[in-house]
Amino acid sequence: MSTVARIPLSGWGRLPISRQTLLHCRDRSSPLPLPDHGTLLPYGNGRSYGDVPLNDGGYALLTRGLDRFIAFDATTGLLRAEAGVTLDEVLKLIVQQGWFLTVTPGTRFVTLGGCLANDVHGKNHHVAGCFSAHVTRFELLRSDGERRICFPNDPWFRATAGGLGLTGLITWLEIHLQPIANAWITLENRAFRNLEEYFQINHAREAVWPYTVAWIDCAARGSALGRGVYMAGRHAPVGTNPPPIRHSQWTLPFTPPFSLVNTPVLRTFNWLYYHAPRPRLGYSHYAPFFFPLDHVRNWNRIYGPRGFYQYQFLVPHKSAWAALCEVLDRIACSGQGSFLAVLKSFGNLPAQGMLSFPRPGVTLALDFPNRGAKTSRLLDALDDVIRQAGGALYPAKDSRMRGDDFQRAYPEWQEFRSYIDPRFSSDFWRRVTEQG
Amino acid sequence: MQRVLIFGATSAIAEATARRLAATEVAFFLVGRNPKRLAAIADDLGVRTGNRAHQEVADLDELDRHPMIIDRALAALGGLDLALIAHGALPDQRACQQDVGKTMDSIHTNALSAISLSSLIANRFEHAGHGTLVVIGSVAGERGRQSNYVYGAAKGMLAIFLQGLRNRLTPAGCQVITIKPGFVDTPMTKEFAKGVLWAQPDDIARGIVRAIKNKSDVVYLPWFWRGIMAMIGMIPEWIFKRMRL
Ligand SMILES: Cc1cc2nc3c(=O)[nH]c(=O)nc-3n(C[C@H](O)[C@H](O)[C@H](O)COP(=O)(O)OP(=O)(O)OC[C@H]3O[C@@H](n4cnc5c(N)ncnc54)[C@H](O)[C@@H]3O)c2cc1C
Ligand SMILES: NC(=O)c1ccc[n+]([C@@H]2O[C@H](COP(=O)([O-])OP(=O)(O)OC[C@H]3O[C@@H](n4cnc5c(N)ncnc54)[C@H](OP(=O)(O)O)[C@@H]3O)[C@@H](O)[C@H]2O)c1
Repeated sequence: MSTVARIPLSGWGRLPISRQTLLHCRDRSSPLPLPDHGTLLPYGNGRSYGDVPLNDGGYALLTRGLDRFIAFDATTGLLRAEAGVTLDEVLKLIVQQGWFLTVTPGTRFVTLGGCLANDVHGKNHHVAGCFSAHVTRFELLRSDGERRICFPNDPWFRATAGGLGLTGLITWLEIHLQPIANAWITLENRAFRNLEEYFQINHAREAVWPYTVAWIDCAARGSALGRGVYMAGRHAPVGTNPPPIRHSQWTLPFTPPFSLVNTPVLRTFNWLYYHAPRPRLGYSHYAPFFFPLDHVRNWNRIYGPRGFYQYQFLVPHKSAWAALCEVLDRIACSGQGSFLAVLKSFGNLPAQGMLSFPRPGVTLALDFPNRGAKTSRLLDALDDVIRQAGGALYPAKDSRMRGDDFQRAYPEWQEFRSYIDPRFSSDFWRRVTEQG
Repeated sequence: MQRVLIFGATSAIAEATARRLAATEVAFFLVGRNPKRLAAIADDLGVRTGNRAHQEVADLDELDRHPMIIDRALAALGGLDLALIAHGALPDQRACQQDVGKTMDSIHTNALSAISLSSLIANRFEHAGHGTLVVIGSVAGERGRQSNYVYGAAKGMLAIFLQGLRNRLTPAGCQVITIKPGFVDTPMTKEFAKGVLWAQPDDIARGIVRAIKNKSDVVYLPWFWRGIMAMIGMIPEWIFKRMRL
């Protein structure tokens, strides 16, 4: 492990930016590098949007150098790998051998350790639960040199899954994969005219499709409030052989001096997205189905140097409808639409982590270019709605939630505290526990 | 199935190269001195290739162990197609100046040990009439500079040795490839501040795999080092000796 001078780091939203000294982890068997002063925090691939992977003034433990596979049993689908391996690297190994990730978020450029530390969810949450539900064990390295092998239901497992990197360094983990016949997804698309229709479709589709998600046009108002497109999918059966597709990758090579995402662009984009002709039934390669945004590398740069906010919240089923109407209405009135508003209902499988975000209810993820006070006012107003509805915000996407909102939505935070490694800390944690 | 023997398999450049080779049908025999890291790399390559990588823990400064290691590798792999010699150590130049023992140690690790292995492997390849030997030298081996001439001298000696070996083995149908990396961001250079000239281990690995495919002789990696070194080579000695390099 080695050190480099203090450099600026940020999450995917490019805000906030913090300065920390980088420590490279390259060997899972070596002890944590422990500077005389200051705190550490693991940094995976920086795909969390806000300050969850940041530790201003401290040390970042860069985990990408822990990128080795340890064991893979292609008959049982059990994979053991170091925590800095990305899902992209896992998929390159397993898909051709007939296996797939049991839970995957909307980008494959995330590390296994990052997935566990945020206890991420995917389009199949209603049937598969969170990422940690498929982790069979992992090793946690603490600053006192202790190495703990943690198994499901062990309190250290519950603290570390969704533990935001605060309980120590996850050096390796073992996950259960699901078998697939090929790399294809059978899918069904369906437009819905408003939220009422969404709930009807969702109820019916969730019973039969393992992957479901909806996109919402957040520029629409009035009777079209909450219109969108519902997408459902499942792994294609044996014998599926759709025509080959071209995989291209685009990179946004630099950050434009201003945000390319403004109100007219958003309105047009959302209108086109809703009205775009799309086949009702079809096939897709798994990559565009699960990872539509991975197609453009560094797409986060379109928001310009000021960065952007992701805002992902969850509201319980009973208050979902009213809360969603209220949220969409406030966004439409503000004129600050979001590019991709993604709506998904979670299943009832309880998450293991003390601080895991998923719980029964409906979740909506939005992104907003940072327009300073105007954006803050809108997000504060949305917070009020979520608070009233008894909802929660997702730490992995957050850089601004209030401490009292966090503490209310994550009641186990007090118990979690005792599992925090004394040499670990984060901007997020200090923000939600040390201030108001 | 390509049979590959790697010395200094825990080197960042060697590991990146092995991963690239693992994309094809290959069997590995890995030699390194840190048992835990060697095992971790062997497991990883085992998963990537679908078959176990053989491993041997050895300090390659112990030259008398070399013949036995090579015998074991040939026995385990049932022959040999490719050998990569990647181990090396960047000494503290000042410490070498103070202590001639350190100078000799560096020459031993960076030149003699690699020459010993190259000689033994060359004889096997020549006998078999087949084989590719890849050795990592350095651009530092082209001209002696006050900041780095002990390491440079060892790498320079290695390069000339390999040149002769290439000349000898070409009629036998064997390849000898000298890799000359510039600045690479690896544990060896962790104390250096990194600038635009710095490459990542995988950039070097890509070049090594290409050199093997193209049956190259001497390869600068990344490519622009060929030009840089040509210019450095043109500076007259009476100027060069006054420069602070
Ligand atoms: C386009 C896009 C789509 C996304 N879609 C989804 C989605 O559908 N569902 C979802 O849940 N999330 C989603 N996310 C969020 C993303 O999946 C999570 O933020 C994920 O945790 C990021 O992983 P990372 O490796 O980049 O970790 P980082 O963001 O670098 O770190 C995340 C946290 O993990 C900790 N950590 C990282 N490695 C370790 C380790 N080895 N040991 C201990 N702690 C560690 C860090 O300290 C930090 O607290 C999306 C993000 C993007 C950019
Ligand atoms: N990095 C650069 O800028 C650069 C530039 C030009 C050339 N090179 C050359 O590239 C090669 C690979 O180096 P790297 O950059 O990948 O650095 P690295 O990761 O530090 O690798 C060097 C390796 O050599 C091993 N080694 C050293 N002495 C040994 C010995 N006596 N016995 C067995 N193994 C020994 C080390 O083992 P341990 O890990 O156990 O110490 C380490 O694995 C070296 O030959 C180096 O000289 C590097």
